[in-house]
Amino acid sequence: MEKNTMRVEFSALPVNEAFGRMVIGAYLLPLNPTMEVLEDVRTAVSEAVTNAIVHGYRGKEGNVSLSGDIDGNDLTVIVEDHGRGIENVEEAMVPLFSTAPVEEERSGMGFTVMETFMDALNVESKVGIGTKITMRKRISG
Amino acid sequence: MRHKRTGDTLTFILEGELDHSLADEIRGELDALLTDRSIKRLILDLEKLSFMDSSGIGVVLGRYNLLAKRKGTVAVRNPSNRVDRIFRMSGIYQIIEKMQ
Repeated sequence: MEKNTMRVEFSALPVNEAFGRMVIGAYLLPLNPTMEVLEDVRTAVSEAVTNAIVHGYRGKEGNVSLSGDIDGNDLTVIVEDHGRGIENVEEAMVPLFSTAPVEEERSGMGFTVMETFMDALNVESKVGIGTKITMRKRISG
Repeated sequence: MRHKRTGDTLTFILEGELDHSLADEIRGELDALLTDRSIKRLILDLEKLSFMDSSGIGVVLGRYNLLAKRKGTVAVRNPSNRVDRIFRMSGIYQIIEKMQ
């Protein structure tokens, strides 16, 4: 496939976690991905969007953007928020680490799942400015 | 969600897509059932789950903590390969049982 890009922006509401998964799934369909690859990407996007909602905005109003870039068989997905940002990205990426209150029962496995299911993961964050998660994966149909 | 009580065991069938949004709902439903302290074992049947992200780990872990306080146990039944992989990644099988 030729270069194909998309960008959607939605409110930081839990109900939109499913919407983000649907969008990325539909966007990938023309590449004819295997079920395995499709689920890898859907899971990683679900984690990234959830992070933006749970950590980025913490119940405050805001928008999350999800954008995609397909170049041949290479997919780049970016999930971005303009929320509170991550103080220590390195620490946040450690498996089982979570800053969420205990009663919310976040497992601290979000970044680990993204890292495992995608080929590459990059997290840029500035406190008070927001977080940008970039993920790449080769989609061979 | 459907559930069944047999002796001191509660079997709870999870359906749909278990993400952060559904996790909140399921947690509420499960904890209401688990206020019955005669329940000592919780089996989460995952066969009908079509999707799960790491939010599912939190749900299972939270119920484990609850049941452990009354010396109870938690098991997951029939996780798909993908769900199984996410659980394995978290190391949760060190404390909860996997049933087929």
